[in-house]
Amino acid sequence: MSNENKDQFRPENHENDHFLLTTVVGSYPKPKWLNRAKELYQDPDHSFDDDDYQEALDDASRLITNEHERAGLDVVVDGEMRRNEMVEFFAHRIEGYEFNGPVKVWGHNYFDKPSVVSEVKYTDSWLVDEYEFVAEASDRPVKVPITGPYTLANWSFNEAYDDDDELTLALADLVNEEIEKLVDAGARYIQIDEPALATTPDDHAIVGEALEHIVADIPEEVRIGLHVCYGDYSRIYPEILEFPVDEFDLELANGDYDQLDVFKDPEFTADLALGVTDVHVGEVESVEQIEENIKKGLEVVPPEQLVVSPDCGVKLLPREVAYGKMANMVEAARNVEAALDAGEIDVERGEPAPADD
Amino acid sequence: MENIKHRHSLAALTMTEYVSTTPGLFPLPDWAKDDLSDLKGHQKGDLVSGDEGEEITAAYDEAREEVIGVQQEAGLDRVSEGQLRWDDMLAHPLAVHDAVDTQGIVRYYDNNNFYRDPVVQGDLDFSGDVAQELEATAELAGDDDLQAVLPGPYSLADLATDEHYGDDEEFLAAVGEFLAGEVDAFPDHETLFLLEPSLVENAPEDGVDERASEAIDTVASATDADVVVQPYWGALEEKVYAHLLDADIDAVGFDFVANQDDNVYNLQEYGATDQLSLGLADGQNTLVEDPEAIRDRVDWVYDKVPVSEFETVYLTTNTETFYLPYAKFEEKLAVLAEAADLAEVKAA
Repeated sequence: MSNENKDQFRPENHENDHFLLTTVVGSYPKPKWLNRAKELYQDPDHSFDDDDYQEALDDASRLITNEHERAGLDVVVDGEMRRNEMVEFFAHRIEGYEFNGPVKVWGHNYFDKPSVVSEVKYTDSWLVDEYEFVAEASDRPVKVPITGPYTLANWSFNEAYDDDDELTLALADLVNEEIEKLVDAGARYIQIDEPALATTPDDHAIVGEALEHIVADIPEEVRIGLHVCYGDYSRIYPEILEFPVDEFDLELANGDYDQLDVFKDPEFTADLALGVTDVHVGEVESVEQIEENIKKGLEVVPPEQLVVSPDCGVKLLPREVAYGKMANMVEAARNVEAALDAGEIDVERGEPAPADD
Repeated sequence: MENIKHRHSLAALTMTEYVSTTPGLFPLPDWAKDDLSDLKGHQKGDLVSGDEGEEITAAYDEAREEVIGVQQEAGLDRVSEGQLRWDDMLAHPLAVHDAVDTQGIVRYYDNNNFYRDPVVQGDLDFSGDVAQELEATAELAGDDDLQAVLPGPYSLADLATDEHYGDDEEFLAAVGEFLAGEVDAFPDHETLFLLEPSLVENAPEDGVDERASEAIDTVASATDADVVVQPYWGALEEKVYAHLLDADIDAVGFDFVANQDDNVYNLQEYGATDQLSLGLADGQNTLVEDPEAIRDRVDWVYDKVPVSEFETVYLTTNTETFYLPYAKFEEKLAVLAEAADLAEVKAA
């Protein structure tokens, strides 16, 4: 069985017959000097200007892209070096949003939750420059993570639309416009991030409808993934299989795969990008441990449909830990591929064993 | 004829009092967000413990004084402490209790907010944490009427994990007794708001609804003040509402932002307490309502319910206000105060 959409990212010199695509969710710890550069840039008394800061961002983007290559990832991201936060970044680029100050998330962690005060409109591109820079900096395929319209709507104050569904669909059209531009620029792998779906799982229908808007007129060969994390998946599965996406990127290592059975029945028909390292644990999992985690994915999908990635963005980890997890993840994936080639892996796939009846 | 006239004048005498207030839990002023995150840090272990040091206490004192001033300036009819120290939102009274271990970060209802899971590991005896805050507030409030705020026992039990009492019923009763003990230590207050979002969000089953009302009754009995029980994020299931009316409380709150029809239904079918609390301004949206619009919503509620003479009607935001940026929070308070004034004028 082959999987054309996934196999377009297979490296020419790939060492094994089997191919478990390795990638990341997106964010990566920022180098300390980049944070320092930002402080200087924001200091009105300092001569460090816009050009200097842009140069620092370019350097950081190149650095982390190369770090992903060094870890051996098949598809790379620049660790979202130019982005501050997953809603704020986009809200600053969409007409119709305004900012009124920080609000609490938990403890003393705040974010500038924006307000939608008028019709949302697309003006300049959000991510094309970022994509073109990374594509130029790397020979490997580049994935573009983009915050989904449901999360953009849900994590904003809605002052302008009758309800959040209407706002979600309006934003979905803008995301579609951006993806068209990214595809024109050469992007072939787009990941829609919808963490808000985990907080309000009953809203899977509107997320599905928004995705239909997002993929309208996007060529078939462009790979569209959907990232969802930290929620009760039984409340959105199997409904999400109806979504028009190629891949679901799911956090499962954090809960030690206690939700894996959810995805066994009915059959998982899309590609599964399985979280195989926990981003909220400060220790690097061993290669052997990650191999075992990857095999968990084979209980749900055949190797052709399996993609390997961390649970979520790794930006909260120390940088060396983040790197260690990426490198061990790639090594583990290659080992599992070799074992699959040799016919040494025997994993039973499908329905969990029935309990009593 | 004489008689009718007489009754009319009586009605005029018992005219409804409109009281502008809030359910508390304010956002910190922006300077305090910065200062306190520098002083305390950003991780789980950095949140309030109940025995904060001098610098942190001083920052909270200053912030408290500021939010009391904001309420006075806005002209609210009740002054709250603001619950600025409540890092764990409604779970706070347990989070700082000696018999409670705060563990993982868990989601606060269906919001993008989190609190530390308070795991109860021993007897919930007297704490006095909230009473201390109120003492400080009473001094600053001067002649203004003081409002105390607590989680209702059902919500507090719902937000916590019990590893000590071992039985849901016993735990709920213990939380009720604990809160009653805290209220008993409060300085004089005009009103006590008991916030009960869990009555909507995780509605009690048959039998439990009755015990939830009993626990609320226990807390309410500990004060001479008017007690308002404020559920939010929707309407109560009708049985839950019916049981709540059995508790010895003065007002039930209605979140008319989240749900109109079911709240009106409850009022029509089961009646109401002599006082009423109306959540009419959105505590979770930066769109600032017009005071006239709030007043119109009061009229709208009156049109729908059979009883139209309430002793007191509280006008509030539907939820806590910490979801809002600080400047928008200030604007909402001013709107509530003005709406209450408009309602008084209109009623007269």
